Amino acid sequence: MIWVGRGIALGLLAFIVLGPLANLVLWAAAEQWYFPHKLPVAYGAKFWQQVFKPRGDALVSLMTSIWIALATVAACLALAIPAGYALARLKLPWRTAILLAFLMPQAFPSLAVYINVARIFYDFKLNGTMLGVILVHTVHGLVFAVWITAAAFAAVDRDLELAARNLGGSALRTFLTVSLPLAAPGIMASAIFVFLESLDEFTGTFFVGVPDVITLPLLMFTASIAGNYQIAAITALVLLVPSVLFMLFIERFLKADVLSKIGA
Amino acid sequence: MRDSGRLGPLLVAPALLMVLALFVYPLGYSLITAFEAKSGGFTLGNFVKAFEFYSIDIGFTLVIIGLSTLAIAVASIAIGGYLVLGENPRAVALLRWLYRWPLFIPFVVAAQCMRSFLAKNGLMNNTFVALGILEVDQTTGFLDWRGIVITFVWKQTPFVALLVAGAMASLDRSTIEAARNLGASRLRILVEILVPQVMPTLVVGLILSFVTMMSVLSVPLMISGESPTMMTVDMAFRINNYGDYGTANALGFISYLLTAACAWVYLKRAVRQT
Repeated sequence: MIWVGRGIALGLLAFIVLGPLANLVLWAAAEQWYFPHKLPVAYGAKFWQQVFKPRGDALVSLMTSIWIALATVAACLALAIPAGYALARLKLPWRTAILLAFLMPQAFPSLAVYINVARIFYDFKLNGTMLGVILVHTVHGLVFAVWITAAAFAAVDRDLELAARNLGGSALRTFLTVSLPLAAPGIMASAIFVFLESLDEFTGTFFVGVPDVITLPLLMFTASIAGNYQIAAITALVLLVPSVLFMLFIERFLKADVLSKIGA
Repeated sequence: MRDSGRLGPLLVAPALLMVLALFVYPLGYSLITAFEAKSGGFTLGNFVKAFEFYSIDIGFTLVIIGLSTLAIAVASIAIGGYLVLGENPRAVALLRWLYRWPLFIPFVVAAQCMRSFLAKNGLMNNTFVALGILEVDQTTGFLDWRGIVITFVWKQTPFVALLVAGAMASLDRSTIEAARNLGASRLRILVEILVPQVMPTLVVGLILSFVTMMSVLSVPLMISGESPTMMTVDMAFRINNYGDYGTANALGFISYLLTAACAWVYLKRAVRQT
């Protein structure tokens, strides 16, 4: 009889984990759904057309979100590749303190900091600009970028670098032709982390981006508060796709040899 | 490799400056503003006002996050334990596939899912009614503090469970086998052998979750924005409606203090490990 209990427990867990997602999918497909109907009264693509109509709010927000995320990834990698290499390979005083410094934006309740960032940005006319939002997202994403990049460089076989140096390669050339390509999968993983963090970021954008920069999470929030559940569900699904894909494939990007060196 | 010792700091400097300018500086700014009167000068008035208006919400925040952290701990141990000790390979595989779904789902999306799922006529209650567990007039919505706890646990458990399950899987199997041969039940092995050994990982995961939940604005706003609510909502309200940075930063300072206790545990552990 043990399998009955096991079946019920797993079924219940499936209901808890997937139920909320199923409800979201139902709302995204519903054209009409009102009490007391347990399922949507009419299904249809009317709201999908509304969301994805050319030059509509959602498409503009999606493009804004993607541009911000790409710029954030570029900024994070430009800062994190040199920093990660230095943390993994070079002489560095206070190494642990530096590693922890990058963790700080995640280790403090960030909302209280964001309201002050917004206040400081006001003087620099960065409020409501893409640049302002990108800067906020970059600081937030740096911990993933720096920690994973450092782990990726640390996992590169030191003998290969030494061999390249012995054959007469310069330090820079060795870095560009040996260390960087070998660390590339780990760097790619950190880029995906930063991209997702930026795409999903809400609180910082809420304070720094308003009223002009409306990313997809903010658009979804506004639709939800206004009671437009279909629009909110459809935009939520768009945000969900990259997150779930990454969840399913995370092991391909983050190999165990890199994972074991994160934060070390 | 020849290393003059100057290159390292030089390469780290830009990234570090970024954190200093855009995190440490505003953090300091918020600490000062919390103790600053509108006309300038030192005051504790912001804190008096914060406690006067929001002491219920401060307590509420602690209860919500405390309960969530506890539930996340129990759920992660249960999931990790079953993944390691489960005897039915198919059930283990199913659980491994199932529990991770919310891992990277953004908080806004989780809140939207729950906003529809937990409502009085949401899918949860509809399923109960369809199964005959509840009558239509017996259903209640969970869109209050309970909804916030459920959303936090739903969203954060996969993260902690992933860490805990990884730590449990890398433990030495021979102690488990030995205890098993001596006739110990699986529950006893979990509580007395596995959990004590993965405690460091569990604590780190829980602290990171705690801090994350302390700064989430979207979930309390979308699940239950009405009073009593969480401190994050109050901070946003003071800023957006009154431009009252003093009180907002006083609340922020209180949220730092609450997490500082946690961060202290984390830092001590991190320093000990390196």
